Amino acid sequence: MNRIDACFQERRAQGRKVLVGYLTAGDPDMTVSEADMRAAVAGGVDILELGVPFSDPTADGPVIQAAAFRSLQAGTTTTTVLELVRRLRRDLATPIVLFGYANPVFAYGYERFCRDAAAAGADGLLIVDLPYEEAGELRAAAARHGLALIPLIAPTTPKERASVILAKATGFVYYILFRGVTGARHAVADDAAAQIQTLREVTALPIAAGFGVSEGTQARAVAGLADGVVVGSAFVKAAREGRLSQLVRELRAAI
Amino acid sequence: MGTEIVNVPDAGGHFGVYGGRYVAETLMPALLAVEAAYREAQRDPSFQRDFDDLLEHYVGRPSPLYFAPRLSAVYGTRIYLKREDLNHTGAHKINNTVGQALLAVRMGKKKLMAETGAGQHGVATATVAARFGMSCDVYMGVEDIRRQAPNVQRMRLLGARVIPVTSGTQTLKDAMSEALRSWVAEVDDTFYVIGTVAGPHPYPEMVRDFQSVIGVETRAQILTQAGRLPDMILACVGGGSNAAGIFRPFLDDAAVQLVGVEAGGDGLDTDRHAASIEAGKVGILHGSKSYVLQDPHGQILNAYSISAGLDYPGVGPEHALWADVRRVEYSAVTDREALTAFHELAHLEGILPALESSHALAESKKRAPKLGHSGMLVVCLSGRGDKDLSSVEEAEGL
Repeated sequence: MNRIDACFQERRAQGRKVLVGYLTAGDPDMTVSEADMRAAVAGGVDILELGVPFSDPTADGPVIQAAAFRSLQAGTTTTTVLELVRRLRRDLATPIVLFGYANPVFAYGYERFCRDAAAAGADGLLIVDLPYEEAGELRAAAARHGLALIPLIAPTTPKERASVILAKATGFVYYILFRGVTGARHAVADDAAAQIQTLREVTALPIAAGFGVSEGTQARAVAGLADGVVVGSAFVKAAREGRLSQLVRELRAAI
Repeated sequence: MGTEIVNVPDAGGHFGVYGGRYVAETLMPALLAVEAAYREAQRDPSFQRDFDDLLEHYVGRPSPLYFAPRLSAVYGTRIYLKREDLNHTGAHKINNTVGQALLAVRMGKKKLMAETGAGQHGVATATVAARFGMSCDVYMGVEDIRRQAPNVQRMRLLGARVIPVTSGTQTLKDAMSEALRSWVAEVDDTFYVIGTVAGPHPYPEMVRDFQSVIGVETRAQILTQAGRLPDMILACVGGGSNAAGIFRPFLDDAAVQLVGVEAGGDGLDTDRHAASIEAGKVGILHGSKSYVLQDPHGQILNAYSISAGLDYPGVGPEHALWADVRRVEYSAVTDREALTAFHELAHLEGILPALESSHALAESKKRAPKLGHSGMLVVCLSGRGDKDLSSVEEAEGL
């Protein structure tokens, strides 16, 4: 069994929820970033999402935009992100999902990217601006190399469309809680419960929900609806403020 | 060549390998809804009637095709100017915003949003928002707000909110990124009016269709005035909407040479230009696949041009296809060449062209000697230059 499926199964057996944590790779440089990733895992992150920085992150709010900018300024490239995966994989069993935008992956080459990512020890990919219709080529390459291509479902996605997107999906479903870009909010979307319930009718995959989750009470509310909770901007911000371990522990305890 | 260039895009919005829809899932249902509404409008004769009526009585179409005698004498061939600068709001951009606003009304949207570089598209969107009683947000880079101050004032007077964008190079690229971000949050009640033939499907197709009026008129006018088709048509290409609009009705006329003129900035041998087709590589930016200025790792490079409307590191996907099959030839002129053409048109014809359009004029000067006095070309004068006076002063004061 692959690491992502095993992770959700294990947590489910324990009656706990999966904590998915996003950090931009190379922010503010590779050394600090690697230490942050390790701290996140040590604190209880179950699945690591490694952000591959892009110059024009159109789905991200100010916190992750700034992280991508710092990372690129420090010289991060797709190659150095894959090297980071390789270093983490030497001693960590945590599932790793590479999270980014289409162009850097396209420039690297879909087939070559999947081959190198799998060899480095990644388990999945999530490409924000590659909707189902455009993902055919990458989906095939990911499948050839045993990588899950994690599908995104938005609050605006109708049920029929979700069922098409999820028909052959692997890994888990990333449910976007809010219309808008990434970044902290202090509530849970009103329609989240109904939407996630609808998704259960079209897929047996575990569902992780995110966008805007920044503190324990809110994480617990999300965990009540989904199999996992995704936290991104709040971790990126906490890492810069030297309180990443503390926030990871708080959220881990909450779910 | 055999590659299909007339019946494009395909159902998924692809122009050959280009185009498509590369956006976050949150936007996909909105794009599918815009496409469905557009298909319905295309089948509804009343939509075309309303569009034609507004173009005639509100925009002031048809725009004249003007034979420029003194410019012709100096450049060395017969030159006709398609006077999009005489449209209401002073550029071709209004053709498209009228069409998209009609679509927004059909869809029951209450609010328009737009990105803008030179401010022409922002003004054109603010204008139709006022005309149809909708609110309007225009995203504009801080650098462009500085160099296009008159247009910022116009947008505000028309009732639009101008939202300064401070990320990246603070120009058109960043304005478009920020507009996409905001649209994701307001997608339920807001119609995003994209100003050029770029972005996700159906925008490249829709904007091209609305702008095709330029080429349709030009074709009829030149046949009446000159008795034959021109040897060459030139238009500037940033995203490429005025070029797509004037070229498209001539695609089947093999004898008519089509030339797209990109912004060469300080020159293609420097890193300060905006020539995506000549100096870019295939990539994915702002919702579609096309030629993009980027580094070897797929990070988007900053574009540069004296002309805010051409200062963009990508280009519409249909242009990428036309470049590949060589139906359209693309070249670049520098800031300096464009400035020279700007002054020449002002002095010789009493017309102040936009700096964008000045790029097409500058290229016509290079091409004219080969065509000679029996030859004939058309330049799309996409906009007027009043907005550019401070840019010109600044460039020449240095």
